[in-house]
Amino acid sequence: MAKDIKDLGWNELIPGAALFSFTEPVEDVAEVPMDERPYAPTNSHEYSVGDWRVEKPVFNRDYCIDCQFCWVFCPDMSILSRDKKMIGVIYDHCKGCGICVEVCPTNPKSLLMFPEHMDNDEALSKWPSKEEKKK
Amino acid sequence: MTKKIKNLKEFSLSNDRYEGANLMCPGCSHNIIVREVLNATNDPVIVATATGCLEVCTAVYPKTSWDVSWIHIGFENAAVAIATAQAAYEVLKRKGRLPEATKKMIEEGREPKFVAFAGDGGTYDIGFQSLSGAFERGHNFMYVCLDNEVYANTGGQRSSSTPIGASTTTSPAGTVSYGEKMMKKSMVEIMSDHGAPYVAQVSPSKWKDLVKKVQKGFEVNGPVYINAQSACTTEWKHAPEDTIEVSDLGVESCVWPLYEIINERDEHGIIYNTKLNITYRPKNKIPVEEYLAAQPRFKHLFKPENRHIIELWQKAVDAKWEHLQRREEAGV
Ligand SMILES: Cc1ncc(C[n+]2csc(CCOP(=O)(O)OP(=O)(O)O)c2C)c(N)n1
Ligand code: SF4
Ligand code: SF4
Ligand code: SF4
Ligand SMILES: [Mg+2]
Repeated sequence: MAKDIKDLGWNELIPGAALFSFTEPVEDVAEVPMDERPYAPTNSHEYSVGDWRVEKPVFNRDYCIDCQFCWVFCPDMSILSRDKKMIGVIYDHCKGCGICVEVCPTNPKSLLMFPEHMDNDEALSKWPSKEEKKK
Repeated sequence: MTKKIKNLKEFSLSNDRYEGANLMCPGCSHNIIVREVLNATNDPVIVATATGCLEVCTAVYPKTSWDVSWIHIGFENAAVAIATAQAAYEVLKRKGRLPEATKKMIEEGREPKFVAFAGDGGTYDIGFQSLSGAFERGHNFMYVCLDNEVYANTGGQRSSSTPIGASTTTSPAGTVSYGEKMMKKSMVEIMSDHGAPYVAQVSPSKWKDLVKKVQKGFEVNGPVYINAQSACTTEWKHAPEDTIEVSDLGVESCVWPLYEIINERDEHGIIYNTKLNITYRPKNKIPVEEYLAAQPRFKHLFKPENRHIIELWQKAVDAKWEHLQRREEAGV
């Protein structure tokens, strides 16, 4: 049987090879939401960079105004928004850069960085009531 | 078909065609720009990427981060690769040999868009011959320069986009040098002077301005050049979470003015009208010093012996801003 593409070395790659994004043709990708796409094992979407993080952003629904600043400025497609609502962080793709926290306009912020190992429920219980004013 | 994007909430309905778990650094602007450009349309997009961070980090064997048709090409020829793909598309269309799904989209007014992404090294320097040729021949495509002012992917060498005073690995600051000696090349004007119908300068932090310009560019027939400010956390040496703030400082200080130049040409290619529009005017133009201070690549400029370079910077930025305003006013 042919080897799985994931087990092939770069030196076994045939020059001019194509890497497929999906396991079957998707005619109109822009109209298909992420969770309904037939991702191929060769699509980076199927991988995780979560272990790059030292700190992770935690989302607190209570203060969020769904402005979508975090969605537009996240470099890594890691803010999940549906129907104009912010839903949460995709931890397999989030690299912990902290941009979403910086651009979040609410007070207290609706996204804050916490240590990677901390449980999200514990993080939520430690949420500041009002952020200290920056100098 | 121009996608309706009235506000950010509406924009957030976009389904990204660029994927996570690519290997770009945390906080990289290249990614933010690519997202904003691709999400500016729902039409099919064909992308060619010149070698540089974006290409190398989104196609690490055996993975791809692209859900659009994507061409992996050399450092020096992204413009020609995408122009050729577009020319091939025109031929297939004329001969009626496009796939049925594509034909249907064209009937709905959703013509495929052809986009090249390249770094400043691949644009200002090494890909310039291919870019200039493709613009001169008037192919129908959009070229987006991800301008981080340095050859980031190979360890931070200076390019002709690197601004004066920046410390890079080939223009290091130290006891005998204040860093880069040359002023940044004026790429936007150079591309406009090719007679291109539309060129613009954008910043990912001003997402709406960027999206509007990209949409305008997609509507135009002929080569379009977009110069995108791309704060690079690794080479500008700011913290990853500060990417948007640093970009904003660039815009608010007029170091990175947002404007567009439109050339109207007749059927012989003669330009009969040129218009320059400044698309964002800072309410309070902040001192260049604030922009420089936010990036450790300029740290040494704050030593007394290098202060004159900061003054020079301010002078250069003021002169450029003045020049842009004069061009806008005169309609040339
Ligand atoms: C013809 C050629 N020369 C040199 C290289 C090596 N190289 C690969 S990426 C790169 C730097 C790219 O810089 P830039 O275009 O600014 O993109 P960035 O990585 O900064 O996004 C260089 C020099 C190459 N791949 N091909
Ligand atoms: S930036 Fe903050 S308030 Fe806005 S959608 Fe994101 S989490 Fe909610
Ligand atoms: S920390 Fe960075 S990568 Fe993670 S969700 Fe926030 S902006 Fe995106
Ligand atoms: S080196 Fe700079 S441009 Fe390259 S991936 Fe890192 S932040 Fe982005
Ligand atoms: Mg570069």
